[in-house]
Amino acid sequence: MDPIIILQAGIASGTVLLFATIGEIFTERSGILNLGLEGMMLIGAMSAYKTALATGNPWLGMLVAMLAAGLLSQVHAIITIQFQADQVVSGLALTFLGTGLSMVFGEGLSKAGAVALLPSFSIPGLVSIPFVGPIMFENQSVMVYLGYLLVPLAWYYINRTRPGLHLRAIGEYPAAADALGINVNRLRYFYVLVGGMLAGVAGATISLAVFPGWFSHLTTSGQGWIAIGLVIFAQWDPIRAAGGSYAFGALRRMILDIQGPLKIFGLRNPFYYNPYWGFFLQMLPYAFTIVVLVIGSREAIRKRMGAPAALGLPYIRGERGL
Amino acid sequence: MTTKPSLFAQYRSGARFRLRMEPRLEQPGWLGLIVSLGAVTFALVLGGIVLMLVGGDPIRAYAFMAKAAFGGIGVFSDTLVKATPLILVSLAAVVAFRMRLWNIGAEGQFYLGAFGASLVVLTPLLPPETSPWLMIPAMMVMGMLAGALWGFIPGYLKAKYNVNEIISTLMMNYIAVAWNNYFIFDVWSEGGFQMSRQFPKTAWLPRLTDYAAQVPMFRGLTIHLGFVIALIAAGVVWWIMYRSRWGYEIRLIGDNPRAARYAGINIVRNTILVMMLSGALAGLGGMLEISGVVHRLQGAISSGYGFTGIIIAWLAKLNPILVVPISILFGGLLLAGREIQPSGIPMLIQGIILVCLIGSDFLFRNRIRLVQIGQEA
Repeated sequence: MDPIIILQAGIASGTVLLFATIGEIFTERSGILNLGLEGMMLIGAMSAYKTALATGNPWLGMLVAMLAAGLLSQVHAIITIQFQADQVVSGLALTFLGTGLSMVFGEGLSKAGAVALLPSFSIPGLVSIPFVGPIMFENQSVMVYLGYLLVPLAWYYINRTRPGLHLRAIGEYPAAADALGINVNRLRYFYVLVGGMLAGVAGATISLAVFPGWFSHLTTSGQGWIAIGLVIFAQWDPIRAAGGSYAFGALRRMILDIQGPLKIFGLRNPFYYNPYWGFFLQMLPYAFTIVVLVIGSREAIRKRMGAPAALGLPYIRGERGL
Repeated sequence: MTTKPSLFAQYRSGARFRLRMEPRLEQPGWLGLIVSLGAVTFALVLGGIVLMLVGGDPIRAYAFMAKAAFGGIGVFSDTLVKATPLILVSLAAVVAFRMRLWNIGAEGQFYLGAFGASLVVLTPLLPPETSPWLMIPAMMVMGMLAGALWGFIPGYLKAKYNVNEIISTLMMNYIAVAWNNYFIFDVWSEGGFQMSRQFPKTAWLPRLTDYAAQVPMFRGLTIHLGFVIALIAAGVVWWIMYRSRWGYEIRLIGDNPRAARYAGINIVRNTILVMMLSGALAGLGGMLEISGVVHRLQGAISSGYGFTGIIIAWLAKLNPILVVPISILFGGLLLAGREIQPSGIPMLIQGIILVCLIGSDFLFRNRIRLVQIGQEA
């Protein structure tokens, strides 16, 4: 129960949630709700692992994961943008589709053995910062560092650039954006693709870096859904998303570690003496997601902010929207 | 008499066309059926292509599945056994979806229903020699209560704090599985195995094969009373949705929440009640499964029924009566799918069916016409 180790591992495991959550933020900011995150992450994890196994090159695996999950996301884009179908049901369908596809093409992969993983390294200089250094910069996966870069970039892109302004416009008031000459539906296709590719990165980060391997549909164990909950908690803001993701990662690691010691805070550790109490620990990330949702929703009401106004609504030119 | 030149002739003479979609003014009922059937057929073809890609023989696989699910009275009885929990979780989805409440927690409510029913037998709330006439109804009530509780929590959070019910119900699924696991591994574990002891016979739903001594042809038929209960549940849900005032309120909220609010319908109360009804139906499904089939509490009592129920509900266009035949078809798919390798195939086919189904809905609402460019008006 070393807090440094828990936070260090928590950041690594939270990186998975981070990529998925920020990807979904892009998609939802454009007005499309994609609940298929779990399916896209599974496709990403499976195809990354399979490619790395076949070629020995984890970066190629990462690329294939982005392409595969991006391709899957376009199924959702076509159904919801072109065919104007219900985004909730389509997202669910995408989860089934991604889970089924990854299970079929990942058959036998769980016994495949070792695979070349993405590199881990320490950042010289930064690593010697007290407390923060060992947690954030010591022997972390390259994906963790890419995650650090993604957060400010995503925030800057959404809030301070012209394409980011267009992104927010098509999610808040697509008719006005259309009137300004922005091609609403084309941009929505693009941001669904961005979300899909980042979900692929999240999946590949699991299977090639954080929890290496392919464990069929248990590989993601609901993290896609937790990420969707985090988007709401984060109020569609990448920086808050990072906080939430790392906190959840640390929680997941703490649950693993808490069953080890004989005593906690000088008291008999019930989780050590009855390992089955661990099932209650297993509930925690899911229970916490609900708590986090309650906090996020109450705050949204209090501050009168909330989801992008056009989230979940198809844009049909000339029809009265909103 | 002048006839319109054929499209091809027009094309030859230099006319150019493009596809244009326009909303259908009439949406005849038979068209919905054809579009749905077409979508399912298309999905099976796509599934077959994937099967070929991974080195299978789709025609043989489908023929095998059809035979394994419907090729005889014995297997058909097994199919109906599989269909029983599916009918109930699909009804759970129908009730909630009709109000546009996305309860995708039927899986967890199903597990909790099994847990609630087990409480009666394993605590035990009733001694094992209790008459089945009391035991079975008590298990049904407890199963429905436990499922309703599991629906109440996300319903309350939705109604009071506007918490997204999709995510909360899904999270409740994981919690339910861990909850059941704790009782299977620890409290009710039988000799260290990950299952409870077997229920006494008084807690078993009667099966046809139990009457083989009187009627020899019933030998080996595993279909149990739960199927009849599921049919009754479908009838009751239909009555609630289309013949009761409550159902009218549910449908009105689903179609137009704003109008419903102006009409004085209590949306908060209905949100909670509908989630509880939905949970109770799924919970009943869990109770029927352990009382009719497994006869004990154990892990993995559901192979994703809660999610299959969503597809069935959508395929049935949220019609409680149509849920029954479609559940039987999917029961066959699940039954036969157990023997199909790779194991993800049934899940994949379900996913493709749902994708094609919601995609095809567009064809139902719109029609696509070939129009000559320049003469579109």
